[in-house]
Amino acid sequence: MADDTRKTDDVTRREFFTKLGLGSLSIAAVGTAAFSYQYLEPNVLYEPSPVVNEGKPDRYPLDSVTLDVNSGIYIIHSQEGYFSLSAVCTHLGCLTAWKPELGIIACPCHGSKFAVSEQGKVKPGDKIEGPAPRPLPWKRIWLNDDGDLLVDRSTDVPPLAPDSFVRV
Amino acid sequence: MAKTGITKTIGQHFDDLRQTRVWRSIFRSGAGSSTLKRALAIQQNVFLHLFSTKVRTRMLSFSATWYLGTLTLGTFLILVATGIPLMFYYHPSVPQAYADTKDLQFVVSSGLFLRNLHRWSAHAMVFLVFAHMFKVFYRGAYRTPREFNWVIGVVLLLITLLLSYTGYLLPWDQLAYWAITVGSNIASAVPFVGDKIHFLLLGGNAVNANALLRFYVLHCMILPLTAMIFVAIHFWRIRKDGGLYAHSSEPAVVQAQAAEVQIPTPRRGGETRVIPADAKEAQ
Repeated sequence: MADDTRKTDDVTRREFFTKLGLGSLSIAAVGTAAFSYQYLEPNVLYEPSPVVNEGKPDRYPLDSVTLDVNSGIYIIHSQEGYFSLSAVCTHLGCLTAWKPELGIIACPCHGSKFAVSEQGKVKPGDKIEGPAPRPLPWKRIWLNDDGDLLVDRSTDVPPLAPDSFVRV
Repeated sequence: MAKTGITKTIGQHFDDLRQTRVWRSIFRSGAGSSTLKRALAIQQNVFLHLFSTKVRTRMLSFSATWYLGTLTLGTFLILVATGIPLMFYYHPSVPQAYADTKDLQFVVSSGLFLRNLHRWSAHAMVFLVFAHMFKVFYRGAYRTPREFNWVIGVVLLLITLLLSYTGYLLPWDQLAYWAITVGSNIASAVPFVGDKIHFLLLGGNAVNANALLRFYVLHCMILPLTAMIFVAIHFWRIRKDGGLYAHSSEPAVVQAQAAEVQIPTPRRGGETRVIPADAKEAQ
């Protein structure tokens, strides 16, 4: 009698439990995927601090470019003051080098060249030639209470802005 | 009769061995050279059953395939056989990895041999995979019904390149460090998710201890196991798709032969043309 009164779009007990089971498994599968993704992303990194101490300003003579190989940054002492450029090429991440005889920064991997001084429209860090898609970014630089130059490698600052220089 | 026991040839001794209960318990098909027995020997062996029980003799000649697929498998087996002993001496940690690589080179007995064999086989495998691909392409062996096996082959090509790439970091020298720096930065050029891929691949923002460990696990576990699964499918599909590709037994060719018409070998990109028998008579 019950069967006769059942509407066609009614769900049987078996169908209900099948859907419940498959639904639960789907949710569990999505959850597993999400947790697996989270697991693969480290929450704590034991990488070197982005802030590096570059010592006393008088280590850097006027009009000098100094590469800190371990930190991957340049400390440049120009007429306007001290500023810092990333030494990591914006093309594919190679460490660039300062070429004093040419007065430019050059990347050994794929030949990108960057300016270090202002010449017309060219700002320090700008690409002169090569495949690099962006200029070398300027890094935040300041003096701490001990009078040491500190550079924050994780913070880019606008080129030539007054705050992007340290004046001693 | 006693004399025959002494003068038995090695072959006869082997035949006796094959009749023993122990042998029969291991090899279910048993001795015998009938077509059935020989087919069973292939079909009932866990390693061989992926392959066809019968192969056209012509397809076993060097000119048919240049043995490129088999040679690729050969280099893969050498890489597994040399890679596992290398793992006994290698710690995937900074800076131990570089020291261990140098130890393998200069201190460990036969370490130099194993490492060089691993390295040269890796280079050979990349070369052979490409050669195999070109041979299959120019013979037209990728066409129906073998399209899917071609796709499996492309997956295997990618796995081979990834194995080569992940293995490159493990010596942890300057070459490895900068190659992986450049390579992983290429991954970050992917639109939208590039930086995420870069971070997940390296397990950090730079090529570091985490990256070394991840590349080690990929190189020694995940990629080889994936490769083995796809190699198994690749071989199995050869049988399922009608054995090694032979132009003369393609349906179009067989049809044409039945109609006694010679059709030219297919040119690049072209479909095999079947000329009906009456068309020939008309000429």
